[in-house]
Amino acid sequence: MSQSYTVTAVAVVVVATILVGGFGLRISRTTSDFYVASRTVRPGLNAAAISGEYLSAASFLGIAGLLLLHGPDMLWYPVGYTAGYLVLLVFVAAPLRRSGAYTLPDFAEGRLESRPARRVVSALVVGAGWLYLVPQLQGAGLTLEILTGAPNWFGAVLVAVVVVVAVAAGGMRSITFVQAFQYWLKLTALLVPAIFLLLAWQGDGRPAIDFDPTELSSRADHPLYATYGLIIATFLGTMGLPHVVVRFYTSPNGRAARRTTLGVLVLIGGFYLLPPVYGALGRLYAPAQALGKDADAAVLLLPDLVIGGTAGDLLGALVAGGAFAAFLSTASGLTMAVAGVLTQDVLPSRGVRHFRLATLLAILVPLGGSLVVSGMPVADAVAMAFAVSASSFCPLLVLGIWWRRLTPPGAIAGLLLGGGSALVAIGITVSGAVRSGWPHALLAWPAVWSVPVGFLAMILVSLATRSRIPPGTKAAMTRFHLPEALMPRARGGPR
Amino acid sequence: MTADATPKREVVTGEPRRVRPLPRYRAQSEIDEQTALGDAYVRSLMRGQLRAGLTAFALLAAVVGTLPLAFAALRDTTVVWVVLGVAAYPLLTLLAWWYVRRAERNERDFARLVKGRPLP
Repeated sequence: MSQSYTVTAVAVVVVATILVGGFGLRISRTTSDFYVASRTVRPGLNAAAISGEYLSAASFLGIAGLLLLHGPDMLWYPVGYTAGYLVLLVFVAAPLRRSGAYTLPDFAEGRLESRPARRVVSALVVGAGWLYLVPQLQGAGLTLEILTGAPNWFGAVLVAVVVVVAVAAGGMRSITFVQAFQYWLKLTALLVPAIFLLLAWQGDGRPAIDFDPTELSSRADHPLYATYGLIIATFLGTMGLPHVVVRFYTSPNGRAARRTTLGVLVLIGGFYLLPPVYGALGRLYAPAQALGKDADAAVLLLPDLVIGGTAGDLLGALVAGGAFAAFLSTASGLTMAVAGVLTQDVLPSRGVRHFRLATLLAILVPLGGSLVVSGMPVADAVAMAFAVSASSFCPLLVLGIWWRRLTPPGAIAGLLLGGGSALVAIGITVSGAVRSGWPHALLAWPAVWSVPVGFLAMILVSLATRSRIPPGTKAAMTRFHLPEALMPRARGGPR
Repeated sequence: MTADATPKREVVTGEPRRVRPLPRYRAQSEIDEQTALGDAYVRSLMRGQLRAGLTAFALLAAVVGTLPLAFAALRDTTVVWVVLGVAAYPLLTLLAWWYVRRAERNERDFARLVKGRPLP
């Protein structure tokens, strides 16, 4: 495969990302612009930005790779990534926007009036964000290694540098434009080659595709349990992912936040029609890949394997550019979110300069992690971040928004027991201490038990500490659920 | 401070006098003042919105909860491919669209109730 096309495509994506970010910089004048784009982002633009941010290396490369190796059960990944937004929509979207908080720690403090609760949430947000950043950087390393022969660390470092430049320079307004641009770039980069691949398949006389799992599909000793674990983690985990939550504060009001979420469902649902095409054709045309370790690379290699020649090179370069857009957009969104929490809760001042320092810190730690740990499929690594989010932030958001008896001790107990136990289970899985049987299944897909643990701990401890119900609960509930037009302040009346 | 220390003279003024506008709508002012009645209004809105959310979520959970069992019983991978690969997305969008309409209608109805206009 010609490397020059690939290098050109990746370079174009990198330069375009910085240029679009620079366009945002010119209008990013105030601190409010910088952090939340002054809360004026229309649903259409915001939906494209959220989708662009959300479709990560796991979506762009990982799903096709897993389908190729393990068969159609893996389709639960994209369905879960999408359905997570439906759950977010029906329980969280509008009240979260109306809460007026910028990050999850802001929400916890605003709702519970408790500094300790805020600190626990901050620690978990930074942990989940870092957990999610590692596979993005690893995917970048893998992509550049396979396509250009560059050393594995190079791709990760390249993504980290571009993210720091784009995020630290322009902040949220420019990121909104960058992310929206990257959604359409990613869609094009998978759609155009997919059309050509399908035409080539048609030209070959439409050979039958074997959909059955291959020999290697012993992915779990208890596949049904693993499927339910994946469903619970992705359906309930999306709402708490730090880079997803931050974007909702840029909507002008609760109603726009709902419509934005509906737009997101349409956009990512459309995108997820494409990776299965690569997975299916990969079974036919890249069986050698199915036996190799790097199934994540199937999407990148298929154009060359099926079409070949200059056309194959050009399409391969397009896919590579799209893959890089995926790493850049998700990594910048996560870095933005983690840096926001670090600025507010760790570093002393809230000025823009400190935010830039926090940006550096937010990406350097996962960069180190990605260089140390390796060899895990990106979709699996991402699923672990979902499990942590589902067992800690999901109970906090759902109970915080709908249940008046939540207390700070209850929330902290639920966060620590639910999120903490999921984190420990993931740590044990990654360390490789338990490799088979029920113990492995329970630890590798913890959401089935850790989500109920989180909810139960939050409810039971709250009921046991009734005297600690925050005094402002009634006012908070009114603010979360009343349409903005009816809120006292909006009408200029007495407060 | 000791007992014989002379306190510094201070100018004492009253609260700045503000003319409070008369509430235009009774229910609205009940909510603004956070009275028990106002709280009841907010609770009724919350119940309506929660019912809408739970309906959508229950439908999703019922379908998704049984699908893996159905797939395991069927053992037909083409069906899995079609249902999860294609059909799932329009259905999710449809459910979301239904919820958004219902939630916005709840809010419109509530605004009408609060502002005391007669229902059509």
